[in-house]
Amino acid sequence: MSAVVQETPQIRIEPSKGWSPLRLRELWEYHELLYFLAWRDVKIRYKQTVFGAAWAIIQPFLTMVVFSLFFGKLAKMPSDGVPYPIFSFAALVPWTLFNYGLTQASNSLVGSSHLITKVYFPRLIIPIASLLSGVVDFLIAFGLLLAMMVFYGIIPTIHVLWVPALVLLTLTTALGVGLWLSALNVQYRDVRFTLGFLAQLWMFATPIAYPSSLLPERWRTLYGLNPMAGVVEGFRWALLGTATRPGPMIFASAAASLVLLITGAFYFRRMERNFADVV
Amino acid sequence: MSDVVIRAQGIGKRFRIGQQQLYRTVRETLTDAFLTPFRRSGNGARLEPRGPNTFWALRDISFEVKQGDAIGVIGPNGAGKSTLLKILSRITEPTTGVVDIRGRLSSLLEVGTGFHSELSGRENIFLNGAILGMRRAEIARKFDEMVAFAEVERFIDTPVKHYSSGMYMRLAFAVAAHLETEVLVVDEVLAVGDAQFQKKCLGKMGEVTRQGRTVLFVSHNMSAVQTLCQRALWLGQGRIVEDDLADRVISNYLRSATTTQTDRIWETPSEAPGNEAVRLRRARVRPAKGDPGGSITVQTPIVLEFEFWNLEPDAHLNLSLHVINEMGVTLFNTGPVKETVWHGRPFPRGLFRSACRIPGNLLNDGSHRVHLLVVKNQSVVIFRQEDVLAFDVSDTARTGWLGKWPGAVRPDLDWSTEFLAEENGAPALAEEQSVR
Repeated sequence: MSAVVQETPQIRIEPSKGWSPLRLRELWEYHELLYFLAWRDVKIRYKQTVFGAAWAIIQPFLTMVVFSLFFGKLAKMPSDGVPYPIFSFAALVPWTLFNYGLTQASNSLVGSSHLITKVYFPRLIIPIASLLSGVVDFLIAFGLLLAMMVFYGIIPTIHVLWVPALVLLTLTTALGVGLWLSALNVQYRDVRFTLGFLAQLWMFATPIAYPSSLLPERWRTLYGLNPMAGVVEGFRWALLGTATRPGPMIFASAAASLVLLITGAFYFRRMERNFADVV
Repeated sequence: MSDVVIRAQGIGKRFRIGQQQLYRTVRETLTDAFLTPFRRSGNGARLEPRGPNTFWALRDISFEVKQGDAIGVIGPNGAGKSTLLKILSRITEPTTGVVDIRGRLSSLLEVGTGFHSELSGRENIFLNGAILGMRRAEIARKFDEMVAFAEVERFIDTPVKHYSSGMYMRLAFAVAAHLETEVLVVDEVLAVGDAQFQKKCLGKMGEVTRQGRTVLFVSHNMSAVQTLCQRALWLGQGRIVEDDLADRVISNYLRSATTTQTDRIWETPSEAPGNEAVRLRRARVRPAKGDPGGSITVQTPIVLEFEFWNLEPDAHLNLSLHVINEMGVTLFNTGPVKETVWHGRPFPRGLFRSACRIPGNLLNDGSHRVHLLVVKNQSVVIFRQEDVLAFDVSDTARTGWLGKWPGAVRPDLDWSTEFLAEENGAPALAEEQSVR
């Protein structure tokens, strides 16, 4: 042992009561683990598949085809002045990221029980890492979206710079809900059965197949309380130049997302102490 | 004192038992929520669930660990050893009590935590290292060393699903073996793998303890605990039974774990151990001379005696005995090859008695167990009874040194000493010795 006295960390272990602090500094100390876990998920996601990373595109693309046929062609759904296929695809790309992140994060703790029962690290790492691996899929699908814009001759406006912020909003929303559901999932496996249904309902509550301009103006801010409504309309505005400039709607979305994230994080930390015993 | 690394005070851990322990359904929680208001005690604190549905896996555990201590945690299954390690590693919270830990602590409750079969050896080293709390730079620095330790150089970029189980274990342990935290908590990881692997692990563990790092080590392997640890903590039913020098605790623990069975008689054949070919009637151990119930010391010649029914005509039978000491080491296996009357002859149906004489000054002191095998045609084991006998061999009075006599056996061997030369007749030799 070297005689150099480094700062020796002092740890106190005792039963915790009530709400616990988030300990974000400790979370940051483990950012390399976060990176490795996300990297692992990316690495193994398409192992032993025939289509590989093409799956990142196939799902949203086929959904777009179906939507275009039924809503676009048959139901003659209005699409804010852009061709319906790209109208729906511009929404499906962030939605797929959200859906993936939500599902992965919610199942992450139960799926990582072998880690939780054997090693200590801030548990918040697990849902965050599982969510991040979806970003790779998102980038691939986003590439296809850009290609489609070229195909339809749509030139994005300067507002395209808002896309990263919208992606961040998507991730915080997925994480916020994912934190709630993953912690609940440890206690109540009912969550697993609710998840698919919840995602489906949420999808129809989000203006993906239809434009939010169907709603009267004054209701749209309220509609923004579904953060994904703000994200989807933001995407169309930033990329396709639709007249759905978010305005108050996006503020409502950001606020709702933040509330979900903060409450989710605290709820997660509160439930965390029992994870290893219950999972 | 500042050199206390771990101070645990009154740790307790309560679990709910039954199916509810796994996970609750929403219905249960709703019923709970409705009932909760009626369950509050006077001071407003929620009454904890109690009664038959909860149990204490640990209770009132207090101890201190000093810098550089190597402590073995022993006890039967379910004694709370793993729970204690999980609390120290912060995997689970105690229900009561406080632990203060000074320095970085890493825990090794399993080797290869987080290994993914699709990833290569290289990738798994980084992933596993990160999970165990190493920095990426630290892993990169020790990478070559780990690969060499695991002896998997050629396969380092192959997915570990193609590894043999031995390679997999070596790689997994290699990562863990290079942890450099001040306090290391290890749970029974040495119980897996083949003998060579275990030897390698034990060697590495020994190295770690010699470096002056603090180690807490759970194991069922008493020899390992005795080799690696100066001190042992004996847990039984969630409490500390004894906390003292390893040798002493282990010997007490082992004594408590074996109940002696020196004379067993089965009067009713249907209740006796056996099968359609043979059935035991009596098994006993006794001193070769004198009172059959007399005490057995390291010097006493003893007889292991078995009466059994042979139920098949013309069977070529022989007994075979394994004598095992308290460390779980098989001292020897013996059969009646030198017996002259019945060995090699067909046994008619009927009652037989075989006896084996063990000379004095062979067994060491401590508890011993005997496994009995009945062998047909000198090759087929037709019946096996483990722990058919268990007996203690006590030490005799000694003068001079009083410590535990080391060794699996304690033979009384012939020695000779000769006087070779007077001191001034061999100055060179004397000088040489004094230099040493």
